[in-house]
Amino acid sequence: MNRNNKFSMPVKYLLLILSSICILLCILSFTDISAAPYLKDITGYILIPSQQGLNRIGEWFSDKADNLEKLKEVMAENELLREQNSALMEENSRIALERTELEQLRQLYKLDETYDYPKIMAKVIGKDPGNWFQIFQIDKGSADGITVDMNVLSGTGLVGIVTSVSEHSAIVRSIIDDSSNVSAEFSITSDICNVKGDLSLINEGKIHVEDILKDAKVDNGYTLVTSHISTKYLPGILIGYVSDITIDANNLTKSGYVTPVVDFEHLTYVLVITELKQH
Amino acid sequence: MLRKIFTCLCLIIAFLLQVTLFHGLSLASTKPNLILIPVFTFGFMRGKKAGIWTGFFGGLLLDIYYGDSIGFYAMLYMYLGYFNGIFYTLFYDEDITLPLFLNFASNLLYGISVYVIRFLLRGRLDFGYYFQHVIIAETIYTMIISILVYRPILKINRLLENIEKRSASKFG
Repeated sequence: MNRNNKFSMPVKYLLLILSSICILLCILSFTDISAAPYLKDITGYILIPSQQGLNRIGEWFSDKADNLEKLKEVMAENELLREQNSALMEENSRIALERTELEQLRQLYKLDETYDYPKIMAKVIGKDPGNWFQIFQIDKGSADGITVDMNVLSGTGLVGIVTSVSEHSAIVRSIIDDSSNVSAEFSITSDICNVKGDLSLINEGKIHVEDILKDAKVDNGYTLVTSHISTKYLPGILIGYVSDITIDANNLTKSGYVTPVVDFEHLTYVLVITELKQH
Repeated sequence: MLRKIFTCLCLIIAFLLQVTLFHGLSLASTKPNLILIPVFTFGFMRGKKAGIWTGFFGGLLLDIYYGDSIGFYAMLYMYLGYFNGIFYTLFYDEDITLPLFLNFASNLLYGISVYVIRFLLRGRLDFGYYFQHVIIAETIYTMIISILVYRPILKINRLLENIEKRSASKFG
């Protein structure tokens, strides 16, 4: 190599120096003088626009895959339909369509009443690179008025919470993340419990619910909303439906599972509530 | 210099693809670990120092956006780069079994370290589940991707080496 005239550091020292830099940065990021926001702003100018572009390609791919699946479904359905009386089917489907529309409109009306918070819409532009955590990046940041601890919703319910913010992007930790904890309550009985994400339940589409008092009169299928005693989550946001409630080994509390109302696999747009919980 | 630019480019492309496109291409809700591919290839092809720097910057990129604390992934990937650099002396162009084995070992090490530091310490004890569903799945998917990209990277690396040698002999 043509390195003879240059100063060359032994590998051991290089490893040592970089390790100590890493540890120092680690410690600093738990204090107020973290370097993260500055580094995010600097790299964000290059990375965020390219991420948005690549996302469009990704959407195109998944659209194509969806189309193929839909084609198969439609063909199978078509044969079935031919066998049945077409006139009757037409009338039936029209009534069914109207009914679902009515239900959707009713739901929307109810939703609008329950979440009366100021919101802004954001697009999901990146998801966690590993398989361990369920966090994602949105395309709105401090320039759009987003701060840490703001709640994030999708059309139907609670998605997560903002954990860090840079100028034009923010990181959201979803409630199915393994390290997520949400204080929740049953909307009917107001019993408080704790909703805890778990990586090993993600494929089943469920999360844990714990610390329900043994005497609480709750049953499978009850709805869970964010509780009024939570320090970070605004009250009354729908989380999901409870199932498999059993009494714990300690004979004091009950626990079970929640099926979230949000489809976390296909999140593309989310709503950020631009109001923090007041203390 | 050319090789440094190429390394940076590889890291940025791997990062961007991983956070965007590969979410749509995930199999059984598992994504490959693309950042690891440049780290292990450059560590293996160019030695310990290259591995350390590639790992450090690749990890730092992850830390900045998706890490809890800056420095965690940087350190992890840096040591993986160093680990692969140890095998630099065994580097032989046409052989693909050793790089594949190294890739497998690095990914396994990565998965186990993340599990121990970020999950075991929070009391998640079911190692069997995480090993089977997260670590092994990710490792296999990454191996498939690296079989596809290893040879192109190798060729580009050789090309850049030749260009650098030629320009060095001109001046030297």
